[in-house]
Amino acid sequence: MDLSSIRKLITRYCTGEESWVDSRTVYIGQKEPPPGTEAYIPQRFPDNRIVSSKYTFWNFIPKNLFEQFRRIANFYFLIIFLVQLIIDTPTSPTTSGLPLFFVITVTAIKQGYEDWIRHKADNAINQCPVHIIQHGKVVRKQSQKLRVGDIVQVKENETFPCDLILLSTSREDGTCFVTTASLDGESSHKTYYAVQDTKAFNTAEEVDTLHATIECEQPQPDLYKFVGRINIYLDRDEPIVRPLGSENLLLRGATLKNTEYIHAVAIYTGMETKMALNYQSKSQKRSAVEKSMNAYLIVYLCILISKALINTVLKYAWQANPNRDEPWYNQKTETERQRHVLIRAFTDFLAFMVLFNYIIPVSMYVTVEMQKFLGSYFILWDDDMFDEELGEGPLVNTSDLNEELGQVEYVFTDKTGTLTENNMELRECCVDGHVYVPHAICNGQILPGATGMDMIDSSPGVDGKEREELFFRALCLCHTVQVKEEETVDGIKRGIHQGKSTSFYISSSPDEVALVEGMKRLGFTYLRLKDSHMEILNREDEMERFELLEVLNFDSVRRRMSVIVRSSSGDYYLFCKGADSSVFPRVVSGKVEQVRARVEHNAVEGLRTLCVAYKKLTHEEYEETCHLLNRAKLALQDRDKKLAEAYDVIEKDFILLGATAVEDRLQDKAADTIESLHKAGMKVWVLTGDKMETAAATCYASKLFHRNTQILELTTKRTEEQSLHDVLFDLSRTVLRQHGSMTRDTFSGLSGDYQDYGLIIDGATLSAVLKPTQEVTSNGGNYKEIFLEICRNCSAVLCCRMAPLQKAQIVKMIKASKERPITLAIGDGANDVSMILEAHVGIGIMGKEGRQAARNSDYAITKFKHLKKMLLVHGHYYYIRIAELVQYFFYKNVCFIFPQFLYQFFCGFSQQPLYDTAYLTLYNISFTSLPILLYSLMEQHINMDILKRDPTLYRDIAKNSLLRWPTFIYWTFLGVFDAVVFFFGAFFLFDNTTFTSNGQMFGNWTFGTLVFTVLVFTVTLKLALDTHYWTWINHFVIWGSLLFYVIFSLLWGGIIWPFLNYQRMYYVFMQMLSSGPAWLSIILLIIVSLLPDVVKKVLCRALWPTTTERIQTKRQCLTAEQSTIFMLSQTSSSVSF
Amino acid sequence: MMASSYNAKDEDGHLPGSVGSGGPGAVKSKKPDNTAFKQQRLPAWQPILTAGTVLPAFFMIGLIFIPIGIGLLVTSNNIKEFEIDYTGVDMSSPCFSCSQNYSWNSTSACTCSVPFTLDQPFESNVFMYYGLSNFYQNHRRYVKSRDDSQLNGDKSSLLNPSKECEPYRTSDKKSIAPCGAIANSLFNDTLELFYNHPNGSKITIHLEKTGIAWWTDKHVKFRNPGGNNNNLSSVFRDTSKPVNWHKPVYELDPSDPDNNGFVNEDFIVWMRTAALPTFRKLYRIIQKKKDNMTPTLPPGNYSLEVTYNYPVRSFDGRKRMILSTISWMGGKNPFLGIAYITVGSVCFFLGVVLLIIHHKYGNRNNSADIPN
Repeated sequence: MDLSSIRKLITRYCTGEESWVDSRTVYIGQKEPPPGTEAYIPQRFPDNRIVSSKYTFWNFIPKNLFEQFRRIANFYFLIIFLVQLIIDTPTSPTTSGLPLFFVITVTAIKQGYEDWIRHKADNAINQCPVHIIQHGKVVRKQSQKLRVGDIVQVKENETFPCDLILLSTSREDGTCFVTTASLDGESSHKTYYAVQDTKAFNTAEEVDTLHATIECEQPQPDLYKFVGRINIYLDRDEPIVRPLGSENLLLRGATLKNTEYIHAVAIYTGMETKMALNYQSKSQKRSAVEKSMNAYLIVYLCILISKALINTVLKYAWQANPNRDEPWYNQKTETERQRHVLIRAFTDFLAFMVLFNYIIPVSMYVTVEMQKFLGSYFILWDDDMFDEELGEGPLVNTSDLNEELGQVEYVFTDKTGTLTENNMELRECCVDGHVYVPHAICNGQILPGATGMDMIDSSPGVDGKEREELFFRALCLCHTVQVKEEETVDGIKRGIHQGKSTSFYISSSPDEVALVEGMKRLGFTYLRLKDSHMEILNREDEMERFELLEVLNFDSVRRRMSVIVRSSSGDYYLFCKGADSSVFPRVVSGKVEQVRARVEHNAVEGLRTLCVAYKKLTHEEYEETCHLLNRAKLALQDRDKKLAEAYDVIEKDFILLGATAVEDRLQDKAADTIESLHKAGMKVWVLTGDKMETAAATCYASKLFHRNTQILELTTKRTEEQSLHDVLFDLSRTVLRQHGSMTRDTFSGLSGDYQDYGLIIDGATLSAVLKPTQEVTSNGGNYKEIFLEICRNCSAVLCCRMAPLQKAQIVKMIKASKERPITLAIGDGANDVSMILEAHVGIGIMGKEGRQAARNSDYAITKFKHLKKMLLVHGHYYYIRIAELVQYFFYKNVCFIFPQFLYQFFCGFSQQPLYDTAYLTLYNISFTSLPILLYSLMEQHINMDILKRDPTLYRDIAKNSLLRWPTFIYWTFLGVFDAVVFFFGAFFLFDNTTFTSNGQMFGNWTFGTLVFTVLVFTVTLKLALDTHYWTWINHFVIWGSLLFYVIFSLLWGGIIWPFLNYQRMYYVFMQMLSSGPAWLSIILLIIVSLLPDVVKKVLCRALWPTTTERIQTKRQCLTAEQSTIFMLSQTSSSVSF
Repeated sequence: MMASSYNAKDEDGHLPGSVGSGGPGAVKSKKPDNTAFKQQRLPAWQPILTAGTVLPAFFMIGLIFIPIGIGLLVTSNNIKEFEIDYTGVDMSSPCFSCSQNYSWNSTSACTCSVPFTLDQPFESNVFMYYGLSNFYQNHRRYVKSRDDSQLNGDKSSLLNPSKECEPYRTSDKKSIAPCGAIANSLFNDTLELFYNHPNGSKITIHLEKTGIAWWTDKHVKFRNPGGNNNNLSSVFRDTSKPVNWHKPVYELDPSDPDNNGFVNEDFIVWMRTAALPTFRKLYRIIQKKKDNMTPTLPPGNYSLEVTYNYPVRSFDGRKRMILSTISWMGGKNPFLGIAYITVGSVCFFLGVVLLIIHHKYGNRNNSADIPN
């Protein structure tokens, strides 16, 4: 990550001084300005090549090696290897060199392959054609050859190849429409403006004659900020200077829509585009397990160093007697003798380090990586999580976080599109208090012959009839829906004519589509926009035409939109629709009270409400409005602000027509999923931009809040009445009183009189809470702490009216709270990306709002309900698997190395290894590697169906419970105990006697082999005892590994190996097996080593069983007693799943 | 990290309309196979360690181990072993003078005779060991100080031994054969055994000096250079004897060509480095009498005649001579028997404890309500 910034610095230095200034000058069309104006400084900009690959063919090996050895573990192994090469060490360099080489090579191959794929993708992008205007002609060029200052022609539906300043478009008014779906996820069409003085340069020839320079700031990642100015040299006079803003800047990655072509000039290219600058920093997430692993690693490093130190010190204490240091039978060489004692001591220390270095195994990293990588396929393969409708299954973007799925404590979920379908449907409309319900809707399909409506209230009078039709017309006109025919587009699509035609309404807002469709069912069909006339088919199948005069677009600040139309009779109408809060204050007449009541009623039901109002304009008023709008539109500076002001003036004095209610249906099994997550001990927070009433209604519907949940409100409404301070303390007192009286045992369940709380907070209040307060509150502590305290005691929290960044802020705040809980964020839209990136685990839903969230997530699923299986089953499995993997790896290496440590006390601290080199090398690589790898892929301590049925099991593994220090210490002590058993078992067997029937003696290598044999069998059988799920694969690898060990040993000792310079193992293994006591002691030692663990397990299970163990035992009984019935239910359940 | 995600966006950008509109049917092939492996539903045996299931195993282990242990202990106790320390540390011991005035260069051998008495008869084959204490044959510098290819008869290694042999690699500019510290420190006391017959006569007991090394060592791992060339002195002509040896390697046993040079069994036995600093090595075998009527070594007075060459006093070492009979389980070692009995009893005891626990808690657990 630091490299890139260094590289940037270097390139800056290389490109020369002018890059240091804060602005750049771009010469349009690469043409020099007229002489005399200013000096032409040719600047060097990067070409338009996108480089996402890390390596080139030449620097791959050195750079990759450097990157790999930056990892602390690899570096450690490299050091050990180098030490082995340099000093006279007990073990040959191959023992650590070979595994290291293997790891490095495999990683290098993997990274090389990934980089090759990136190269291919880069090339595909860099070589795709772009059209450039050169000498008045359109020239095709490869995208990578595009330079700053080139004039580019982009056609409809093409993507901009770099950041461009819009010069002219095919449209008269110099505007173009763009979707930035792949940039920020907003699929709506946005309007961009050409520079006023260049919009006339419409054709290639004309553009080529343009003489202008652009001065603009150096590239920066903010997508919405841009300042610059353009100097246009029309004549020999002073140039015309025009300011440029973000409305002139077309960003790379965006797509041109509804505009035939545009001409634009490149200003930022390649890696300097805003898009490239934006995607550079995606911080890498690390799982809690990895953190524990690193902590263990440090402990083991300390153990290693202290072991080496102890041995070195003891060695020199023991050697104080020269006859021990150098007895007559074992003389040193002259060079050894002359070495300084400190150097000797240091070398000895290093030699001990080398001897014991296997306690931190290289292979653990490889195995963990492999386990994660291979394990993630089980998510990909999962049939239950496959979505037939989308034709897609889940995606795994990173496999580093698999086990984190089993540790989630907080779930932050988006509402729209995540909890709900984002599939809008008009449920009812209310005109002056009369309610209309378009009925007979079946999943978006209208049943033939069922158009019509039910009127709930009494039939309105004649006046009402008129108002009613005006209301329907208003909804048919006041929108930005487009009609697309026979084309699949992103966004919302539905057939207009039943079956016959394949036209669709499309819009950036699904609500609008729902409204227009709802109107169709109520008899008013919006047909098309033709020659700026909107055509409507009314109930009598007559065509009505309205001239569309102005559209006052929707924006999220005003939260309303308006259109100004002229009817065929020549009347001017302004129709407005918007959120209740933004429409009611602007209404002067109409049945406000009735409508407001209905709106509130609907909002509580979880419907999305909009109010519709109109006003009639006289011609003069219209003229004035036009004038206002045009002035604002033509403004060169602060255009948005001026437009907003104009809108504010125009949109007032409305007459209220009525309101609509659109339902966004809950996703399938959303409530069930949330309930399961609650039972699993997770806290679910809903973060939404929606309004409080709607969001709260969804929360009730999705069982986030229950009937008996006491709702605590922390909203602007309350803080207006009281000060924030008082509200906060009020709430915290309420919550804490409850908490104080609560006894421990009710904690686990939702049972009894335990009152659970739900908190509702809105965006404005939240930012007030999070604002760092300078003054110390009277009661001490700041708001944030109190807020956290309240949240901690609430089972569910709803945050409404959230900006995207606030979502991330909340996640960050919870992440940083003192328990450091594991958070998960799930969402489907671009507005969720920030929180997905912020949370420990980010899950994207492949939904209707594009793929932005899915792409930035760690995992992507198709439906919210899949979260249940993802966490409760996959997460649970991954966690127990990797927990065992990590613990077991340390355990087996303690067993492996501790006997060597003990042996030093009996060989004069001479660093004599106990085992042969081959055993040292292969122990972790082949004898004991596969069983644990397969265990960590296959283990299922409890059946999948039970895990799904009983979410409370998830609590058993919460808070990293399997990797806490007591467990770690238990495993370590077990390892030490086993090592002591192995070593002293063999020691007493060898103690000054023979154990062959022919009286011959065994040497030190037999001693080591005996220990090693017991070791391999014990650690493998220990794993076998831990395995709860024995498939044929487990049988194969466990028994296979043991068999392999035996066969290997027979072979290794069976031949005089010509390439070796020692034959120490020759027939050692066979001789050992020929001795009866050796067999007896191997069996005895294995049993003694396994005994404590078995006893501990059985006792714990019998006396203090966890929920998991109870269920296991229960299942065991079932299988024993009613196996047939169980089998039947098993098969039936597996069928049903 | 940025690269991959970044590219994905770019690619999609070039395919307008593909975003978010993966129509049904278009990508049907993405559907995963519904195999048992991929769905993690492979048929599996799901054992669980409960008090109930391990109970029988514990009793079984107890019931099997205790008899084995008793058998081993009895066997071990039936083995007769006699050990005598002849280092000569005490003034009173016969070898005291030999141990005191020791020097490598002395040409005249110092001999001493150690009398001892066997109370019980030694039946069957009796194995005679020498034991050394406080002798670190497992010291790293020592263990690696050998050249296995030289010992395997390799000609080039004979003349140019491995570096590992330093500082016992060359002497007088000639390579040492066999090189290394292990070979150099070959145990060179000569032990002879005499039976003092009650009638006063001193009968030499025949000591078999072959069959003491591993068969594979003698026939495969150790080989004289020069193949079947019986004239070993010419083969070893350009080499020098180890500095501490009195005679070159080809004179280790001139009487028997199959036991001479590198394949001398005393030498091979010594070359197998011991695991612990106190060790014994097989020295001679006393074959049982042919008639089978009289014991190999009847009870009575014996004397051990030692040609005292090997110095151990400098490092506080001890030298012993051990006579031992052998059973199927080797020499006298009560450890295995005791361990088996202990482990068997512990298992049995644990079995009983678990039985109680199983009865007391087992039912409770099974009936315990399981939160669903």
